[in-house]
Amino acid sequence: MSAEFWIAQSFNGISYGALLFLLASGLSLIFGVMRIVNLAHGSYFMLGGYVGLTVALRTKSFTVACLAAAVAIALVGMGMERFFLRRLRGEVLGQVLLTIGFALIFQDLALLIWGGDPYTVPIPQVLTGTVRVAGAVFPIYRIFIVGVAFAVGLGLWLVLDRTRAGAMIRAAVDDAEMAQGVGIDVPRVSLAVFALGAALAALGGVVGGGFLGVYPGADFEVLPYAFVVVIVGGLGSLPGAVAGSLLVGLLDNFGKALFPELSYFTLFAPMALILALRPTGLFGRT
Amino acid sequence: MILRRALLAAAVIAILALVAPALPAYPLTLLTQALVVGILAMSLDMLLGYSGLASLGHAAYFGVGAYAVAIMTTEHQAGLGACLVVGVLLAGLTAAVFGLLAIRATGTYFLMITLALGMVIWGLAFRWVSLTKGDNGIAGVPRPALGALDLSGSLPFFYFCLVSAALAWVLMGLLVVSPFGLGLRGIRGSESRMLALGYNVWLHKYMAFVISGLFAGFGGTLWAYYNGFVSPNDVQLVTSVETLLMVALGGPGTLIGPALGAGVIVFLKNFASVYTKRWLLILGGVYIGVILFAPSGIVGALRGRRR
Repeated sequence: MSAEFWIAQSFNGISYGALLFLLASGLSLIFGVMRIVNLAHGSYFMLGGYVGLTVALRTKSFTVACLAAAVAIALVGMGMERFFLRRLRGEVLGQVLLTIGFALIFQDLALLIWGGDPYTVPIPQVLTGTVRVAGAVFPIYRIFIVGVAFAVGLGLWLVLDRTRAGAMIRAAVDDAEMAQGVGIDVPRVSLAVFALGAALAALGGVVGGGFLGVYPGADFEVLPYAFVVVIVGGLGSLPGAVAGSLLVGLLDNFGKALFPELSYFTLFAPMALILALRPTGLFGRT
Repeated sequence: MILRRALLAAAVIAILALVAPALPAYPLTLLTQALVVGILAMSLDMLLGYSGLASLGHAAYFGVGAYAVAIMTTEHQAGLGACLVVGVLLAGLTAAVFGLLAIRATGTYFLMITLALGMVIWGLAFRWVSLTKGDNGIAGVPRPALGALDLSGSLPFFYFCLVSAALAWVLMGLLVVSPFGLGLRGIRGSESRMLALGYNVWLHKYMAFVISGLFAGFGGTLWAYYNGFVSPNDVQLVTSVETLLMVALGGPGTLIGPALGAGVIVFLKNFASVYTKRWLLILGGVYIGVILFAPSGIVGALRGRRR
C-alpha cells in the first residue's frame, strides 16, 4: 500500500461523500421538518439524472441540464407532498408505503421512457482531464463535485442560520406544533423543504450521472447510502449530514478497495457501532 | 371470536387440501408460492400488527434461511431436517444480533435502522461471492424428501407447504393470544403504561423480533426448496417492502389477513406479468390505493362492513 493509494482512495471517498451530501442533506431536512421517511428520495436522484441527460443532449449545456432537472424534480416532489403525503400526516407507516409506491412507479416509468441501457451524462470539456498535485493525480470532475457540494452546504448553512426562512425551517424542525402556534405556516414550509430536498437530490443525480452514469436500479442503489448518512449523522441535522456523508464516502471506498467481498459490511458495521453508542446519530438530538 | 376464526381457517385449509389434486400445475405452483410467502407475511405481522414495530428489513431473515438451505443442499447434500434447523436458527441468530441494535429505536428510526440492517444481508449476498455466488445466485436446490416420503412432485410439495404454513399460523396464533402476546399488544397501545405496570418492554419487543425472525427464516428455507434458486433479489429492499404491503393489504394484527394479502399479491404479480411488463407500475398503484382507500386492509375493511 503506497502513499498514492491512500491519497487517491481518500480523495475518491471524499468526492463520493460530496455526492452523497447532495442526496442526504435534502433527505435529512425533509425528515427533520415532516418526520417522513422518504423512500422515493433515490428516485429523485435517478429521475434527476435522466432528465439532466435528456436536457444535456438536447441543449448541449450542462448548467441548463442541472437547472432543468432540479426544477422538474422539485415539482414532482411538491406534487407528492401536496396531494398525497399531506393527507397522511402523522401516519408513519402509511407515508412510508406511499413513498415506496411512488418509487416503484418512478422506476417503471423511467424504464418505459429511457429504456434499460446505462448512459453517462455528457460533461463540459473543462471538467474532463486530471490535475497533478504533489505527485498525485486528481480527476477534475471529482474536484468539481466536491466544489458543488461545498457550495450547496455553505448555501444551506447560510439560509438555515442567517435568514428568516431558515429560522422558520429550524423552528419547524424543533417543534412543528409550536411553530404553527406562533404563526409559522408549517404546511408551506414543508412544501418548500420537500421541493428543496427533491431539487438537491436531482442535482446530485445529474452531477453523479457524469461519472457514475444513469441506469435502472440507481434509485434503490443510492437510497441505502443516503439512509446510512442520515442515520449516522443524525436526522434533521446539517452538520450531521456533512459528517455522515464524508464518513460513509470514505468507509465505502476503503471497504471496496481493501475488502471487496465484505464491502457492504465495512459500511454498515461501523454504522451499527455508532448507533449502539449514540442511538440518535452523531449530531442528532435526543 | 378466536374459535370462529380458527374454524374458518381450518375450513380454508381443508378446502385447499381437497381442491389441490384437481388443480392444473400453474395455479398449484402459485398457491404453493402464496403459502410460502404467506409465512413471511405472517411473521412480519407478528412484529408490525401485534407489537407495532414496522420492519423494513424482513427479507434479511427470509434470505438467511433461504441461503442456508441453498448452500447446504448444493454444497453438502444436507437433508431436510438439518436444513430446516440450521436455516431457521441462523435466521433467528441474525435477528437476535440485529434486534440488539434495532429495538433501542422507535418509530421512524426503527424503520430506517431495519432498512439499513437488511441491506447488510443484501450486501453480503451480493458481494460475498465465494459463499453466495454473488449476483448469479445459487441454482439447483433440489426438492427435499421427508424420510421415505418424496416431496419432489408439485402436489406432495404443496401439501408439505400447506402443513408448514398451517403449523406456522397455529404457533404464531397461540403466541399472540398468550400472556406474552397480550403484553405485546399492550406495548403497542402504550409503551409507558406497560413500563409503569412493571413489564420488561425491551425484552418483550426483543423476543418478538427474534421469534418473528425465526418464522421469516422458516419461510425462507421453504422458499429455497420451492424456487430451487436463491439470489440477492430474494433479500433486496423491494422484497421487504412487498412483505410490508402484504401485511398492510391483508390487515395488520390479524395474521390470516397478511397471509391472504400474500396470496393476492402473488397471484396479481404472476397474472399481471403474463399480460404486461408494467408490473411495477401496477404494484406501485396498489400501494398508493391501499394506503389511501383501505388503510386497515382487506380483513379490516370486511370487519368494518360487518359492524
